[in-house]
Amino acid sequence: MTAPAVAPPASRETYRDTLVELMALDDRVVCLDSDTGLFKGVDFGPTANRYLNVGIAEHTLMGAAAGLARAGRMPWVNTMAAFASARALDAVKVDIALTNAPVRIAATHCGVSAGHLGPTHHALEDLAVMRALPNMTVVVPADATQTRELVRQAAGVPGPVYLRLGRNATPALPAGPPPRLGTVQQVRAGTDVTIAACGPYPLLAALEAADLLHRDGIRAAVLNVHTLKPLDVPTILAAASITGLVVTVEEHWAAGGLGSAVTEALAETLPVPVHRIAMPDSFIDVSGGQRFLLDYAGVTSAAVAAKVRAALRRPVHPIGGTR
Amino acid sequence: MSIAVASPPSTDLTQRTTRIRESIVTMCACPDGGHLGGSMSLVEILATLYLRVMRVDPADPQAPDRDILLLSKGHGGIGLYATLAEAGYFPAERLAEYSVPGGHFMAHPHPGVPGVEAPSGSLGHGLALGIGYALAARLDGSARRCFVVMGDGETQEGSVWEAAGVASHHGLDNLTAIIDRNQLQITGGTEQVSRLGPMAQRWRAFGWTVHEVDGHDVEALTAALEAPAEQGRPTLVIAHTVKGKGLPYLEGDLRSHYVALKERQYHKAMAVLRRSRS
Repeated sequence: MTAPAVAPPASRETYRDTLVELMALDDRVVCLDSDTGLFKGVDFGPTANRYLNVGIAEHTLMGAAAGLARAGRMPWVNTMAAFASARALDAVKVDIALTNAPVRIAATHCGVSAGHLGPTHHALEDLAVMRALPNMTVVVPADATQTRELVRQAAGVPGPVYLRLGRNATPALPAGPPPRLGTVQQVRAGTDVTIAACGPYPLLAALEAADLLHRDGIRAAVLNVHTLKPLDVPTILAAASITGLVVTVEEHWAAGGLGSAVTEALAETLPVPVHRIAMPDSFIDVSGGQRFLLDYAGVTSAAVAAKVRAALRRPVHPIGGTR
Repeated sequence: MSIAVASPPSTDLTQRTTRIRESIVTMCACPDGGHLGGSMSLVEILATLYLRVMRVDPADPQAPDRDILLLSKGHGGIGLYATLAEAGYFPAERLAEYSVPGGHFMAHPHPGVPGVEAPSGSLGHGLALGIGYALAARLDGSARRCFVVMGDGETQEGSVWEAAGVASHHGLDNLTAIIDRNQLQITGGTEQVSRLGPMAQRWRAFGWTVHEVDGHDVEALTAALEAPAEQGRPTLVIAHTVKGKGLPYLEGDLRSHYVALKERQYHKAMAVLRRSRS
């Protein structure tokens, strides 16, 4: 992949700019912020009265957004993923998910993108938590361009949406058709293994692994699962039925994330082997940037390729068969 | 006071609050029982709101611009159901659906019951939700008022104080919180379990206008709830109440918190309430 001439924006900045556009188009849209600094200096123009900073108060952020939604508004809340999914979870569950309130939770600093801010600011359980909540749509854009598209589409979802965003810019993906919320995007076709990924660096790791495997004559299909819930099971089943082997890659603990979702979907109808590349079951308590920490934790293209090679060396059991 | 002209006389309201109490007792006589004490303590608060103060239309529970009541102390659910029935949101016979399998009349309020605005029961949620409604009303240029009824023990939740600060900072004078100050929580007195201290001073320090009233005096409640808000300040009404109010042998008694009345106890309670009505 060639480096883009101009560095792409961070997904959270694209979300911010897209939201400001949405606020101008639809006067139901309200932005509630929690002292994150993301909207500092933004010119809201005539929509300025629909931007409100509630301060460092994440429960109130979610509860107030639920009240606004129940009174006919379309609130977007802005906070960090670690606080959206843990600190404010009771409000998200009771006030937003339980009432199916159309609140959009823009959760920045996902995964280990908070880097050296440390494990208090890492969010490696948020997908498990949000995916478990009824009514919640869970979206993970893989780059800034996708973020713009998915933010616009998320605005039309009738219930709540959790939007997982990063902190700093991540590499732009190769150009392709725009993502459609709720649909798994096949980024590359292949017949030997399906690599399903979620989020910027995991998807890049999947693509790089596919390149590495290509040299060995292994053809990998790569899926971008940007919508984790509702999960586009038919597309995953279709890819898995061709390859008979699935590897998942995610910036999340193994419990409850993409690997869990894919495994659950396949186990019921097409029990092919699924190998999960995910963050180890430990807190990341060393300093470093997002890419460094992913390397440190073993969420890498080399790990994906190694997993595929090891899996293909073993005979794959026929579906429903015995040893 | 001008409102007294348009409102039913107090004696009528007394009869209606007694009917609400009878409904609460009846629900507590089902096999699952119910939150008796904390429902009895807030009867006058809810009755004053629904039967006098709030601009609501029980025939059109979703009317735009209606005033909003959020029962943040969700364990007062049967008190809310009984009041909604008395106000005419649904026929009183439907209270028999309480705790019936498959129905929406659960111990904690659920929007499946006509007139219930939001689910509650996880404590410390109502004030933040009320902030959202109040902000929406401000954006809409609506005269809507938002009322949030909390338990006193509930204010031990940190989220209450988080929301108290936010409501004050944003000048939500269309938001009124009412604390049912019955002094008791499940394991003891509020001051023994986790001291609430000088409640009025604490809320004033957070920038709220505070009224303190006898929470069983509907005239005092009416006056406090209809007093014009100070511009740019949310209002708190501390309503001093008695847990289990109306059944003297349970008043102020911890054991009134959750009760499943046996048939004999039910008849005794109803007889006591009927005597107070006459």
